[in-house]
Amino acid sequence: MEKKVMTVREAIKQAMTDEMRIDETVFLIGEDVGIFGGDFGTTVGMLEEFGKERIIDTPISEAAIAGAAAGAASCGLRPIVDMTFMDFVTIAMDAIVNEAAPMRYMLGGEVSVPVVYRCASGAGTGAAAQHCKALESWFCHIPGLKVVAPGTPNDIYGMLRSAIRDNNPVIYIEPKALFGRKGEVVLGEDNIIPIGVGEIKKEGKDVTLVTWGRMLERGLQAAEELEKEGISVEVVDPRTLVPLDEKLIVESVKKTGRLVIAHDSFKTGGFGGEIASRIAESEAFDYLDAPIYRVAGADTNIPSAKNLEEVVVPNVEDIKNTIRKAINKN
Amino acid sequence: MGNYSKNLTKEQHLEMYEQMELARHFDLQLSKLFARGLVHGMTHYSVGEEAANIGAIYPLRKTDLMYSNHRGHAQTISKGIEIDRMMAEILGKATGQCKGRGGSMHVYSIENGNMGCNGIVGGGHGLSTGAALAQKMKKTDNIVVCCMGDGATNEGSFHECLNMASIWNLPLIFLVINNQYGISMAQKDCMKVEKITERAAAYRIKGIHVEDGNDVLAVYDAMNEAIEDARTGKGPVLVEVMTYRWFGHSASDPGAYRTREEVEEWKKKDPIEAYRKVLTKKKIATVAELDAIREKSIKEIEDAIEFAKNSPFSETHVAFEDNYAD
Repeated sequence: MEKKVMTVREAIKQAMTDEMRIDETVFLIGEDVGIFGGDFGTTVGMLEEFGKERIIDTPISEAAIAGAAAGAASCGLRPIVDMTFMDFVTIAMDAIVNEAAPMRYMLGGEVSVPVVYRCASGAGTGAAAQHCKALESWFCHIPGLKVVAPGTPNDIYGMLRSAIRDNNPVIYIEPKALFGRKGEVVLGEDNIIPIGVGEIKKEGKDVTLVTWGRMLERGLQAAEELEKEGISVEVVDPRTLVPLDEKLIVESVKKTGRLVIAHDSFKTGGFGGEIASRIAESEAFDYLDAPIYRVAGADTNIPSAKNLEEVVVPNVEDIKNTIRKAINKN
Repeated sequence: MGNYSKNLTKEQHLEMYEQMELARHFDLQLSKLFARGLVHGMTHYSVGEEAANIGAIYPLRKTDLMYSNHRGHAQTISKGIEIDRMMAEILGKATGQCKGRGGSMHVYSIENGNMGCNGIVGGGHGLSTGAALAQKMKKTDNIVVCCMGDGATNEGSFHECLNMASIWNLPLIFLVINNQYGISMAQKDCMKVEKITERAAAYRIKGIHVEDGNDVLAVYDAMNEAIEDARTGKGPVLVEVMTYRWFGHSASDPGAYRTREEVEEWKKKDPIEAYRKVLTKKKIATVAELDAIREKSIKEIEDAIEFAKNSPFSETHVAFEDNYAD
């Protein structure tokens, strides 16, 4: 088993590169993916290896990029779209939501649409309201799409490889603030992480914390710090939002009797509400000893200045405080 | 006759004529079914536009790909489809291609290169651009046709995709069936250009304007020129075919935005009657032969309706299937 310490940025590039080496139908398309190496540096050197036939720089035309990728996918290719900032997906929504997502359904199940839309999500870079949103819940709402939101370099590698192999349109959410974060990554076929399978990132017995993407790191830190206070937190990372590994969450909540959900996307209409509802409707409800709590991005536009930006996204203290609240409700 | 249509055989002429009759009677009969409440959903007729649609799609190869729009019955018939199953689909029956999930705006036939009609104006722009990119990458000699109405050329994706197809020199034809109204808004009120093909210049691609889009052979010639360009690596072409829809935008349109005189004037330019005149005048076919084809077409549509009516509705589990591939 080959292991390597790499950044999130490098893990993304490695996953795409490894898939492109073994499957010639895979190609990368988007703004600045070629000579520039990607707007977040996730494609550096890929042009040199694969050439401009497979690393396709585009005009600034998100609607056409997203639509063309869906069209090419339905013709037997496997495009990876670099949407760059997730906010720009707004311009591509028709192509993704009205074309890619229902295409198989509306064509009698006769075609598949294996396309990955890579979206750099979330705040932390000071880029403000038009460049910092985490919009995953929009896509969780749309049948026909899968939504993948890993939070560690290893998962980011393994799940991107799975997303590229998947025969459906996949919204692949990259935690923008963590592009430089390093971690150990298992490379190759030993690390093809199936979509729809979550993972318990830390076992615990007092409270379940469900979190993903950028918030996973903060959730784990909060759990570690609370351990010192005698609060044992089980951290459940669904890794995929659609399809959701609901069973993993249900079993954890049955064990701990408490549930806190942390995400960086806006609280209202955020995916945390969906998870809370599902648990409320599940067999785990009878095991709850406290209300379900969400700690999420504030319902405000996202500011640029560092001190302002920091208060609109949950930090470790916010997560700890919410967990304490759940623990104190007996 | 033009450079390409002059080489059409009698058999080909009659095949095109038959497709026009089928398209005409498909929609005429469907409008009666709609009036009787047998169509659950929207439907858009292309009665009056048969020359524009058939003349443009008939020259394609079976392996060429077509992306149609909401008004896609005639194009679909020309590209190839089992008409009885198409009627069943529109009537929401289990024997339809999409088992009743699609309806009128989503008829398709993958095996005939019809990648689907589309309910979103401009929805096919990106898809066809990607399909053309795929043909180029896979080094096939297939071309792709993106069908749209005049209204779709005001969508942003139209401009993005013309530009993209241009810079990548894609084997793609943007086919505008210009019936002069985007639902109620007249072309002259929604764009300053007089011909939509003027927009081709902005992307340095060829534009071919067919002033009489009710002349099926003129459309056929224009489209063949575009196909030749696209297939031989000369890049995308914007083709505009002028025509008129006799009916409203959809089955529920009372048509207050057009005068009765205007509609009647266009009915006098019936593309089917015009083609019959050409075929008889040039002694390619007799009136009796053409009448026989018309009767056969009407019978085929009636049979399709019988088939559709006699087909069951889908079991309800069908509503939940095919959202995802394995």
